[in-house]
Amino acid sequence: MWMLELPPFVPFYVGALLALITRGSLRSLLMIAVPILGVIQLWTVPEGVHLRLAFLDFELIPYRADKLSFMFGYVFHIAAFISIIYALHVRDTVEKIAGMLYVGSALGAVFAGDLLTLFVFWELLAFSSVFLIWTRRTPRAYVAGMRYLVIQALSGVILLVGALFYADHNGTLAFEQIGLNGIHGWLIFIAVGIKCAFPMLHNWLTDAYPEATPTGTVFLSAFTTKVAVYMLARAYPGTELLVYIGAAMTCFPIFFAVIENDLRRVLAYSMINQIGFMVCGIGIGTALAINGAVSHAFNDIIFKGLLFMSMGAVLHMSGRINGSDLGGLYKSMPKTTALCIVGAASISAFPLFSGFVSKSMIMSAALENGYDWIWLVLLFASAGVFHHAGIKIPYFAFFAHDAGIRTSDPPKNMLTAMFIAAVLCVTIGVYPAVLYALLPFDTGYIPYDATHVLAQTQLLFFAALAFAWLNLQRLYPPELHSVNLDVDWLYRRAVPTTLRACFGFVRNSKITLQQFLRGNLDKFLLSASRHEAANWMLRPGLTGSMVMWVVVSLAVCLLLGFV
Amino acid sequence: MDHKDKHLFDNPQNVKRILRILYLICALLFAMDFILPRHTTHSWENLWGFYAIYGFVGCVLLVLIAKWMRKFLMRPENYYDSHELQGIESDNNVDA
Repeated sequence: MWMLELPPFVPFYVGALLALITRGSLRSLLMIAVPILGVIQLWTVPEGVHLRLAFLDFELIPYRADKLSFMFGYVFHIAAFISIIYALHVRDTVEKIAGMLYVGSALGAVFAGDLLTLFVFWELLAFSSVFLIWTRRTPRAYVAGMRYLVIQALSGVILLVGALFYADHNGTLAFEQIGLNGIHGWLIFIAVGIKCAFPMLHNWLTDAYPEATPTGTVFLSAFTTKVAVYMLARAYPGTELLVYIGAAMTCFPIFFAVIENDLRRVLAYSMINQIGFMVCGIGIGTALAINGAVSHAFNDIIFKGLLFMSMGAVLHMSGRINGSDLGGLYKSMPKTTALCIVGAASISAFPLFSGFVSKSMIMSAALENGYDWIWLVLLFASAGVFHHAGIKIPYFAFFAHDAGIRTSDPPKNMLTAMFIAAVLCVTIGVYPAVLYALLPFDTGYIPYDATHVLAQTQLLFFAALAFAWLNLQRLYPPELHSVNLDVDWLYRRAVPTTLRACFGFVRNSKITLQQFLRGNLDKFLLSASRHEAANWMLRPGLTGSMVMWVVVSLAVCLLLGFV
Repeated sequence: MDHKDKHLFDNPQNVKRILRILYLICALLFAMDFILPRHTTHSWENLWGFYAIYGFVGCVLLVLIAKWMRKFLMRPENYYDSHELQGIESDNNVDA
């Protein structure tokens, strides 16, 4: 069967080519067919290595399939299917091609069995996805896309250097568990950390995703960060540092999310929070925790996609996305409202919705392994995520004060995509066995026991009570037109301003020095010709030091000339 | 096409109703702690109303701290644009 040999990224790359040469409903049909055919083909593939190549002294494995990569492979196909349907109305060929290449690259990365293949797809992810931002065609999207590309490409370069050290150390490029040993371990860790939005390295996500097109953000939300989560799960399970990094990731973004005005940026912050849960689970490293992390990644792709789709629909129909400009949309977009609430309930991990059955595994694992304080942090973050993603998003977009916008629900394709995602959220929540069957480990975990359901429901309802109380007391911060400083201030404001000041100072000094030297040289030559008779200048010592000073001043001029 | 008071929450009475339902559910959930036999893994979980109080206090703190953070983090909406979009805006307008 030659079909078995076909790596999962190939159909999507072919799809990108087809998107280039076809138009209209034929193109739509082909785009939808790609993920369906892809997933059917993936279903028939057994575990194992399906493709090997020799490269110099190394063996490359472009297609290796095991339970972990299958899990991500399936959800990437689902996400692609939903995103493609959501974007059917878009006519922009560049965006279509970028979307297909992007999905293909993500699939290539999770089925790569060696670090070099991984690096290639890692960079292709960056270069294809940036077009989903640029096709918004606003100046802001252009500069945000540039920053995104620089940071993503940098992450790729670090990965490559790490891979070279790894090959030097281990004599192979095979991508297996790496751990934080030696320089290669740390370099690859940092490369993944950038894509995974570790604290301090996270701003590319909150910077670029909200600037992409309404449809582009839905693609973006599913793949890049989840490829990074997959890599952590494979290369760094049980690395204790990840527990603390993950806990920090769950916590700090929720504060920013509460005061952020752009609702898609709120979702971007909330995405870091959700990835934090996964990173924490990978750090704990037990079978239950890894299962929790991987299944949470699976669910997050769907419910975060649903939330981004609902906000994309709001942006598409009303042209606005700031909380301060929205409100009262439930009147004219009732279906979008309902679907958004399903996404909000899922991300908040309400019982019977998908977030509950995966997040609870990570929480239980944290408690079982004695991470009491981490568990408290995660619990706080769980209440917090309900606050900003569960309540704030639907409340400020669809309810709150009526902003007077009268529009309608979005086109049918967008509604269909959201509906599919919502059905998946509820199905997985009600019948988690479908999800658990795909997990890498068999732990026999049962999410629905009375104590646990009660605890989670109490947590969430009292968080809702807090929101109601704060609103009634007028303590809740109003949505304001603003930007909030984050780490990106360093490279967007501090460094450019400092560099500009430094260059300005050097340029001015150069001019002053040039003028000074030119003036004095004239005077000096004049006096030299006048005092020739005195002969004092011709003493050997003086001539030597003169030559030296001329050399020094020439060197200074040369140096300044470079600046 | 939309008339006033036509929609669900245009009537303040309905908002009040929703809030009352929320209060009732919260009270019931709190009471469940005393009724339902629970098996707990951690000693904190044995405290009555632990999750309820933690959820409420956690969220109030979250919002108040976030609000305080605005004092030193908030900038006008075009804070970055004025620097970053110099020269780009005019090019783009030509395209558009």
